[in-house]
Amino acid sequence: MISKVVANADIAIADIPDNAILMVGGFGLSGIPENCISALLKKGVKGLTCISNNAGVADFGLGLLLQQHQIKKMISSYVGENEEFERQLLSGVLEVELIPQGTLAERIRAGGAGIPAFFTPAGVGTEVQEGKELREFNGKMYLMEHWLRSDFSLVKAWKGDTQGNLIYKGTSRNFNPMMAAAGKITIAEVEELVPAGELDANFIHTPGVYVHRIFQGAKYEKRIENRTTR
Amino acid sequence: MGLDKYGIAKRIAQEVKSGYYVNLGIGIPTLVANYIPPEKQVILQSENGLLGMGPFPEKGEEDPDMINAGKQTITALKGAALFDSAESFAMIRSGKINLTILGAMEVSDTGDIANWKIPGKMVKGMGGAMDLVASANNIIVAMQHKSKEGESKLLHACTLPLTGIKCVKKIVTDLAVLEVMQEGGFKLVERAPGVSVEEIKLATEGRLWVPEQVPEMVL
Repeated sequence: MISKVVANADIAIADIPDNAILMVGGFGLSGIPENCISALLKKGVKGLTCISNNAGVADFGLGLLLQQHQIKKMISSYVGENEEFERQLLSGVLEVELIPQGTLAERIRAGGAGIPAFFTPAGVGTEVQEGKELREFNGKMYLMEHWLRSDFSLVKAWKGDTQGNLIYKGTSRNFNPMMAAAGKITIAEVEELVPAGELDANFIHTPGVYVHRIFQGAKYEKRIENRTTR
Repeated sequence: MGLDKYGIAKRIAQEVKSGYYVNLGIGIPTLVANYIPPEKQVILQSENGLLGMGPFPEKGEEDPDMINAGKQTITALKGAALFDSAESFAMIRSGKINLTILGAMEVSDTGDIANWKIPGKMVKGMGGAMDLVASANNIIVAMQHKSKEGESKLLHACTLPLTGIKCVKKIVTDLAVLEVMQEGGFKLVERAPGVSVEEIKLATEGRLWVPEQVPEMVL
């Protein structure tokens, strides 16, 4: 079997071309693939479409790629914490598709599960409904949403093994497992990479079948966006 | 006159029943957690993937891998469960969350809610609000009765882009507790301490039904 393990982020993302459709894991700054984002910044790929719940902050996460104008389109549910994003959006240089968070999660899940479309009540009677098929089930209205799939999914886990099996920690799991499954090529970066057999098979969140490349991130800043204490 | 945001949170906490699974939105709704007495066994859901959300951590114990939907550092209580975002909205859509409390910019007298967008001004996104309001059985809105400009936020019809339709059941404002009636219209249920029915009438643009007796809130 060909090894999935690659040496670093630069090698892992080396073949991501301009105009690629990416999924990028994380909620806020929690569980984002920091090392892959840095490598994309260094490589300078342009015209990216990024499917990610948020857009980072001005100087961290996807905000870094926005600053360098590497992103053409964002598909997200909430982008409120990034002034650079808002500026680019209002000035028309950035294309944005805002999607209800549960619909975004389910569209990605559907993409990874081989389900081309499904019906959800989220957005019925709002502008989200525009252009979508409506149907009534058990007396309630639902609208049809399609799956989302990516050319490359960039996910971040706590631990991973050489087979590509992944375990996430805390609330940094968020969108990562569905994105891992929905990528044509999935690149996983982990805080700790261990030999196959060291992770308890009972507690794997993402089975290795979804992961094509895996590496241990060189360093993790794990910045906190909104530090709150008692 | 009227309640401050802590007063609104305190009044809403009375609506939370023991055994409830509750999702709290950002802003005033987050404060509600502080007023739920510990003997009520309530489990808080955070839609980024946690059931059993606890208080903020002690200083020095913040964990970047433990945040709530407002991206604040939080803790997990004993018996908590972690999951991914698809699972989180599966439990929301399937009606497992008993109560959703969220803020609003406008509510209509048929229970429509607008809270995610001001065209040309604010483009933050809807986050999980559309999924929550489309599926929750029990939605309480926490908000000021009037905008900063002094305009009523309780309208006959919303003017801003909608988040959901015919979904709000109850509204708690700085002035009053109101219910959205099945046939349309707000029913005045309680007044904030020291606030008159007349004041509430003047502050409500939507259809308002006032019963003979409108008790003061007991906080």
